[in-house]
Amino acid sequence: MFIEIKKLSKIYHQYLAVNQINFQIEKNKTLGLLGPNGCGKTTTIGMILGLVSPTEGQILIENKNIISFKRDEILRRFNFASPYVELPKKLTVKQNLEIYGRLYGVENLNDRINEISNDLDIKNFFQRKTGELSSGQKNRVSLAKSLINKPEILLLDEPTASLDPDIGDFIRSYIQEYKSKNEVTILLASHNMSEVERLCDSIIMMRKGKVIDKGTCSELIKKHGRNNLEETFLKLARGKDEL
Amino acid sequence: MNFNKIYALGLRHLYLIMNSFPRVLDLIYWPSVQIFLWGFISKFFTLNSEYYSNTVGVILTAAILYDFLFRASISFNMMFLEEIWSRNFTNLFIAPIRIREIITALTLTAILRTLIGLVPAALIAIPLFGVSVLNLGVPLIFLLLGLYLFGITLGLLVTSGLLRYGPSFENIAWASLFFLAPLGCIYYPIEILPLSLQIIAKGLPLVHIFEEMRNILMNNTVNYLNIFKSISISVAYFVFGVIIFYISYFGAKKRGTLMNMGE
Repeated sequence: MFIEIKKLSKIYHQYLAVNQINFQIEKNKTLGLLGPNGCGKTTTIGMILGLVSPTEGQILIENKNIISFKRDEILRRFNFASPYVELPKKLTVKQNLEIYGRLYGVENLNDRINEISNDLDIKNFFQRKTGELSSGQKNRVSLAKSLINKPEILLLDEPTASLDPDIGDFIRSYIQEYKSKNEVTILLASHNMSEVERLCDSIIMMRKGKVIDKGTCSELIKKHGRNNLEETFLKLARGKDEL
Repeated sequence: MNFNKIYALGLRHLYLIMNSFPRVLDLIYWPSVQIFLWGFISKFFTLNSEYYSNTVGVILTAAILYDFLFRASISFNMMFLEEIWSRNFTNLFIAPIRIREIITALTLTAILRTLIGLVPAALIAIPLFGVSVLNLGVPLIFLLLGLYLFGITLGLLVTSGLLRYGPSFENIAWASLFFLAPLGCIYYPIEILPLSLQIIAKGLPLVHIFEEMRNILMNNTVNYLNIFKSISISVAYFVFGVIIFYISYFGAKKRGTLMNMGE
């Protein structure tokens, strides 16, 4: 298994944010991380990224505990994008990509910046300050940053939140296309069920810090006797059989 | 240490300065105002004080050196705060850069910000008040080194507080140097302080640096032992600052504050 999460827990003071969760992600697959707000998704992502120390449990990458890697050695293989995390607003798009490319030790950086910029159609605002961009433009730049190092493991936290349907579809199509052409394992946290159905090979559902179910979208819909993933989500999120 | 990454982080702050003329103006404005203010105060004391008679520029030189310390510390803090304000904190801390590389990058870049502000101000003092910090000669390099290390240490301690307590610690960033200034004996000899405070003051490098500065300008002699003492104390504080920074970083990971810093 490429990524394995074993009995992972996080307690903040007295609050149990993540409670002994277990899941695996196969190499080059996309796992959807679903659950209502405050269920522990962001904390789980934080622990995988090394921003939050687990209280208990293990994160294994290719059967090796993540803490046994050197910080820069493991983080070079990761990247992350979220609309809630921004790039320096006073720097131009190109400057931001250049800096993160250097931080990730990207070789042939100019070529890589050109390539990713063309793919994500951000070249026409390359010289504009990131803070001056629209939400859709910012999201594309953030995605470009998250792919600058061609990560083996990509963590996406609501990558299309607050985007109009057109831009949201562009981002989803791009992620699909990127995945078909590159070797990348994705963990996607999202509240958009159609996005999850479209992008994820399997999903895990979290509630109150626990993994309450896992499987493919169709498996879960069938198992819970619902018509679609949204209804399944509501059933599991509310913790009862009512809609 | 990967110098390409250190350079990248330095470049981030260099671009920030280059992209904003008001930012450059702000860097130059405050040191220049300080020079004007202390230049006139210096002139007045030189003419009317027995202690400072015939030693033109002691106060102004002290003001320039103190501003160097102040700018070094504030520059370090500001660069860290910039990451919080721009909500770039998470991106920075998930990048494959080691903590010691972040500290090195901020330490090296802080000198650039400091010099952008202080060099024009120090140059203004030459024609305007006939005072040049270069009058301190070679020891100036060592005095600046001691001040810089201590300024960065204060920056490290404040940023450790930001890691520990979040952006609400920001106000301390501005207050930290004003708190130590009275004990630093910047403009007056240590004997002015009550005995109990003298003991505390001697534990700071500032007293030794500014005592030596006065010694050089007023007696035309250099006590290298005093300079060595000041640098040694600064290095000790710097090591302490780095340790505190690491403790705060691991504490922040435990509390999860790195994840939502700036929110």
